[in-house]
Amino acid sequence: MTGGMTNRIDQRFQALKEANRAALVPYITAGHPHPDATVALLHAAVSAGADVVELGMPFSDVMADGPVIQRACERALEHGVGLQEVLTLVAQFRQHDATTPVVLMGYTNPIERYGATRFAEDAAQAGVDGLLIVDCPADEARDLQGELANAGLHQIFLVAPTTNDARLARASELAGGFVYYVSLTGVTGAATLNTDALAPMVERIRGRIDLPVAVGFGIREPEQAARVAELADAVVIGSALVSKLHDIDTVDEACATASAYLSKVRAAMDEARAGVDLAASG
Amino acid sequence: MMAKPLEQMQHNPPISGVWPDATGHFGTYGGRFVSETLMPALEELEIAWRHYLSDARFIERLDQDLATFVGRPSPIYWAENLTRAAGGAKILFKREDLNHTGAHKINNTVGQALLAQAMGKRRVIAETGAGQHGVASATVAARLGMECIVYMGSDDIERQSPNVYRMKLMGAEVVSVDTGSRTLKDALNEAMRDWVTHVDNTFYILGTAAGPHPYPAMVRDFNAVVGREARRQMLEHYGALPDALVACVGGGSNALGLFHPFIEDDSVDMIGVEAAGRGLSGDEHSATLCAGRVGVLHGSRTYLLDDDAGQIRDTYSVSAGLDYPGVGPEHAWLKDSGRARYVGVDDRKAMEAFHMVSRTEGIIPALETAHGLAYGIELAATMSPDQTVLINLSGRGDKDINTVAKLEGISL
Repeated sequence: MTGGMTNRIDQRFQALKEANRAALVPYITAGHPHPDATVALLHAAVSAGADVVELGMPFSDVMADGPVIQRACERALEHGVGLQEVLTLVAQFRQHDATTPVVLMGYTNPIERYGATRFAEDAAQAGVDGLLIVDCPADEARDLQGELANAGLHQIFLVAPTTNDARLARASELAGGFVYYVSLTGVTGAATLNTDALAPMVERIRGRIDLPVAVGFGIREPEQAARVAELADAVVIGSALVSKLHDIDTVDEACATASAYLSKVRAAMDEARAGVDLAASG
Repeated sequence: MMAKPLEQMQHNPPISGVWPDATGHFGTYGGRFVSETLMPALEELEIAWRHYLSDARFIERLDQDLATFVGRPSPIYWAENLTRAAGGAKILFKREDLNHTGAHKINNTVGQALLAQAMGKRRVIAETGAGQHGVASATVAARLGMECIVYMGSDDIERQSPNVYRMKLMGAEVVSVDTGSRTLKDALNEAMRDWVTHVDNTFYILGTAAGPHPYPAMVRDFNAVVGREARRQMLEHYGALPDALVACVGGGSNALGLFHPFIEDDSVDMIGVEAAGRGLSGDEHSATLCAGRVGVLHGSRTYLLDDDAGQIRDTYSVSAGLDYPGVGPEHAWLKDSGRARYVGVDDRKAMEAFHMVSRTEGIIPALETAHGLAYGIELAATMSPDQTVLINLSGRGDKDINTVAKLEGISL
């Protein structure tokens, strides 16, 4: 936990809860399809209804991601986008958006090479609010978590369908911001989500970790996002968005594509929540 | 009741030593740097591994397979001509090239496949660089009637085509990996992805003593049969332990298999030989321990080769099996503790040793092994005739003849 400091993620989820809205959390890989598009894409996502934005930090060996994110990382690396460049992009985004929480998602090695302490400080300075290190489960996260907490950053952890109660308890000791429930076993972008299996798992997590639950992996269609929005606190859209951007040549076109897609997802989510509200009151 | 295997029983169960600690760390190295999706599978695997290593029936079955299917024990051979040519210490080979499938890799795959069977997994997957581990996995899968998928970088498929065909002959599916540098590290990424997706019914037979806990310790334990045999054979046939052990290091399983049972024998020097490719001063090598630094790759903290931004570098070696930017965490720990030391041998010296051993001893070594041989011969020359150097002849070179011929402009 961040020792009383207020973090944009906490503020945002509190406000959403009061408004009975589920958070829309789009993911893009920094530097994909081109570094010039990243900041504009983040703003476009927020205009289209994103409540939290996730920015992928490119890595050469994205073991837990599927081909879509791998391809995006390879493209970003060709453009020379490393951690330093990611933080610069976040700082540029912050010049025109002081409130939308930014979560960075990536792998351990680049952060260690940068230096964990310095990275935590620089990330906080740039306007980052949380960090999700895909290959750093709670078992290995204690040292890093201390560095992040000192800088006022949340460490966000993944929970999988296979995560048992003992592991949930371990994650709950270190987790901040929200819990990212990986709704499938598999890599990112692998298959489609079975929403029926989701409800019991979200309840199990809520019973053990006192944080909002975001659901990701396998959400492509607005209808799926709507179903998830009825059950969970946030909907993460990753590979489905990134794949739409891959072959686009201009910043404007990339933003228009992201905006059109995310607006549809947002509308479907809001409609679903309104439905839940009506059902509850009716 | 199975027949008692030849020589192994008195030495089993395999020793796993003090390391790693309960959380899978060798000092600060090792651990489990993987997605949460894999953590329960690794915990399940660790429990099964610990259980079956102390299960007498499992060990009996393993020993039986090592004796009758693999052909163990492998002999220690005195390379007399080479010894004479080097003019120093007696040069001995531990003949892992005589194993079924031609390399040390089968020791580990037999162990892991039996474990998969005991755990009720019907589908096995593997990554491979030179193809030896893929072949060894396909072999045991065929024998146990399991579905087998082998991930292999497309560049490696090109340079190791005979092994690709061998895998297919035994019914394995070989999946070409076109991402990244199209070599071993990318095959490993892809195998991990498969495992994450099919974790319920699939056992991942990892081919080297790297990756997340318990793989580094488990692979070492299964391959430590090499060192246990060697230790016993040295005492029986030569009346003393060797003065030095030499083995090539890619991920590090053949070296650890030989070294591990000697770790507490302080008089025995242990030297791991990495691929210096076109020279350690440039970027075209795979010498992780000699020229790398500490980071996190493929599930464990260890030495690796990366750039200043922490991106994993493309590596290079003439031998596909050493062409890997990481190394098993136990080697990182052995290096830091000073118990083992690590040197680099470049392509040119490895090729020289390849030819020299072929001509003087009538043994064509694998190109990986040739790196160890090059250093072992050099080392022996600096030692006295009453000393011994034991080199792990980790694999035979049949798979490499196309590569060597091509390098020398010969068309087969």
